[in-house]
Amino acid sequence: MINGRCSACKYLRRKCPLDCIFSPYFPSNDPERFSCVHKIYGSSNVGKMLQQLPVHLRAAAADCLCYEARCRIQDPVYGCVGIISLLYQQIHSAENQLAETKAEIAVLAVNKNFQI
Amino acid sequence: MGGNSPCASCKLLRRRCAKDCVFAPYFPSDDPHKFAIVHKVFGASNVSKMLQELSVHQRADAVSSLVYEANARMRDPVYGCVGAISYLQNQVSQLQMQLAVAQAEILCIQMQNEPVMPTPQMDPEDDKSFLLQNNLPQYLNFASSSNVIHDSLKRESIFGDIVS
Repeated sequence: MINGRCSACKYLRRKCPLDCIFSPYFPSNDPERFSCVHKIYGSSNVGKMLQQLPVHLRAAAADCLCYEARCRIQDPVYGCVGIISLLYQQIHSAENQLAETKAEIAVLAVNKNFQI
Repeated sequence: MGGNSPCASCKLLRRRCAKDCVFAPYFPSDDPHKFAIVHKVFGASNVSKMLQELSVHQRADAVSSLVYEANARMRDPVYGCVGAISYLQNQVSQLQMQLAVAQAEILCIQMQNEPVMPTPQMDPEDDKSFLLQNNLPQYLNFASSSNVIHDSLKRESIFGDIVS
């Protein structure tokens, strides 16, 4: 960033270099985004994780890290694993409902055949 | 963890394992990989702060979820756990569609089986009343997968349901 620092460099109180690893993904107008990932992962870990990825994948990675960090802040015990658990429960419940419904269809079909 | 052997965390961090080490109950020395992966993703200092902010009875579950997230991030450095969430939400949507189709099929079969009765009291122009009398909406009953993020997240044991 030429005229201003990104939110990461503002948070870290340092100069924002031209090749700052954070600046494309942590703009200065969204300070909360970086403070979340910093709280959970630390700026050094986030920087390393982004640097290890090809450039075209870094935006997606930054978004996912923000999402997971926010989940962890909202739920310090389970984080986004709580959401995964809930989804598994919903899948289990929907599969049971589907099996019951299909069994009901089979019974109705059999009854209908007997009536013919 | 008493005695002489440092926990996996203190071994990795090359420091003395204090009697009240916050990591020791959850990172035993016989599983060094567990702490290594959490340290790589979150950092020891952040993990320590997170555990210290929780009550003791919550820490085991917190460590398990951190290990799960760290593993997911190592397997998929771009999407991590979010990849799994996206995949599972897709599965839920597909199942809900299949359920809706199956429930509609039951409704059709039931409507076919009902004898056709003349209804002289019905207004012939008001075709909607036939549908309303059969209470169509009650057959289309399935759980919503929206807003899973803000549903209740407290449960005793979740990790048995998760296939790693």
